Amino acid sequence: MTVRLTGVGLTHANGRRALQEVELTVGRGERLAIIGPSGAGKTTLLRLLATSLQPSEGRLELLGSEPWRLPAGQRKRLRARLGLVHQSPPLPPRQRVVTAVLAGRLGQWPLWKSLLNLLHPLDPAGARNALGRLDLAEQLFERCDQLSGGQLQRVGIARVLYQQAELILADEPVSAMDPVLASHTLGVLNREAESRGVTLLASLHAVDLALAHFPRIVGVREGRIAFDLPAHAVTPQALDALYANEQLDQPRPASPAPAPHVVTIPRC
Amino acid sequence: MLSNLTSTATASNPLRDPAALPRLLLTLLAMALLWPGLQLSELNLAVLFDAGNAATMGSFVGDFWPPTHDGEFLALLGRATLETLAIATAGMALAWLIAVPCALLATRVLSVSAVARGGHPVWWAQALRWPVRMLLIVLRSIPEIVWALLFVRAVGLGPTAGVLAIAITYSGMLGKVYAEICESVDPRPARALLAAGSPRLAAFAYGVLPNAAAEMLSYTVYRWECAIRASVVMGFVGAGGLGQQIDLSMRMFAGGEVASMLLTFFALVLLADQLSRFLRGRLT
Repeated sequence: MTVRLTGVGLTHANGRRALQEVELTVGRGERLAIIGPSGAGKTTLLRLLATSLQPSEGRLELLGSEPWRLPAGQRKRLRARLGLVHQSPPLPPRQRVVTAVLAGRLGQWPLWKSLLNLLHPLDPAGARNALGRLDLAEQLFERCDQLSGGQLQRVGIARVLYQQAELILADEPVSAMDPVLASHTLGVLNREAESRGVTLLASLHAVDLALAHFPRIVGVREGRIAFDLPAHAVTPQALDALYANEQLDQPRPASPAPAPHVVTIPRC
Repeated sequence: MLSNLTSTATASNPLRDPAALPRLLLTLLAMALLWPGLQLSELNLAVLFDAGNAATMGSFVGDFWPPTHDGEFLALLGRATLETLAIATAGMALAWLIAVPCALLATRVLSVSAVARGGHPVWWAQALRWPVRMLLIVLRSIPEIVWALLFVRAVGLGPTAGVLAIAITYSGMLGKVYAEICESVDPRPARALLAAGSPRLAAFAYGVLPNAAAEMLSYTVYRWECAIRASVVMGFVGAGGLGQQIDLSMRMFAGGEVASMLLTFFALVLLADQLSRFLRGRLT
């Protein structure tokens, strides 16, 4: 079992309940899409699975162990096996694409290798290969601030491809891409998961993409799992209920990345 | 309830700027605090315009022209300048070696426990950072001139005392500011790396450093400039360099020599400024 959530709930520090009574079991090699209206808890669920959030209640099992019961060292090794694709990849603007991609293996490399790699890329071929699958090989030595939002998202995906994660979690991985590119990119992620037999969970705004690429669909609404069905069994009625009160026919804009706030340091 | 009250208050006079009253109060408070400060420091600008004082100052400054520029003095000046640069640079290098580990230990950005807690480390991890912060406070709370006086007694007159004094005081300043620069840049890259199992130092190098490097570098060069000036002040207590020369020249009422050395300072600070600008240009 790759993922097992039993009665998992999460309450944010401000008291808002983001998830409650979530039951979810995902076997090794399964590929599933998480859909649901904005604010339903899709991102929270993925961050919970990436151990970037700790559940307030319930049991969370990942890759056969319970991350929050592990000692810190073992949790760190477990984290190196999880790959999270962020919706707006948190990459330093001045970092070069090759460094950003190779950073995927920081959890596996010894420290000296990581630091050496910062001075001189040790595996540019590996980075180029990962980027090439996403049609981004040309940008290998460019800086991240020279890329568009969609290109940055692909750099984030290339990092997780290079990481060779055993559980790939993707939070709106194609939200800033045009439909053709989005479809191609989801195809790359799915083929990667299939060929290595690893598990893939992706949250998606676009229902048609989810249905087209993923065999299993999980609908999330108001912090609860509304349905968990094979793609062919998802009915229009189920979708209507999931998105009730949502204006389905309006195109949803990709959430823009929040600008980092700049703090001036007093200099004396 | 409270929000209801405020909304009715705003509704009664919709054009009133809600920030006006706090701003007025803050201005009054600042003035109320400034006045006793002026009284306490016995600032009286009238003494500057007193005829006798003006004449004394005039003759002192009048001696400055022309700056001394004979070959023998210039050789001495060159040597003293190099010594000052060496004191400042060696002191900064030592300070940097102490400051970087302390800053890494003190900064919240590299907290692994903060990853799953929205950027807030658990209390005991935060408590462990306190001793390092205290160390940095102790290092910088004693002025370098006091350290210089202490080391002049310990290691004798000469540049070594200046180097050690700068190393100790400036490590405290650099460590504190480095830690704060690290906390002021976007924390998400480092947090994402830590959440992917990266070691802290690698997360720092890949997630924080690219964003913080320009600011850290500029601050370091600025501190180097300060160290040059500090090494001059410490020269007065016998820690070598240009300061020692200025002290000697002043005692001998050789205004021209003082002027030459002040011009040298100006050139050094200009150099530091240009260096900082060049390096920042390279990094951004």
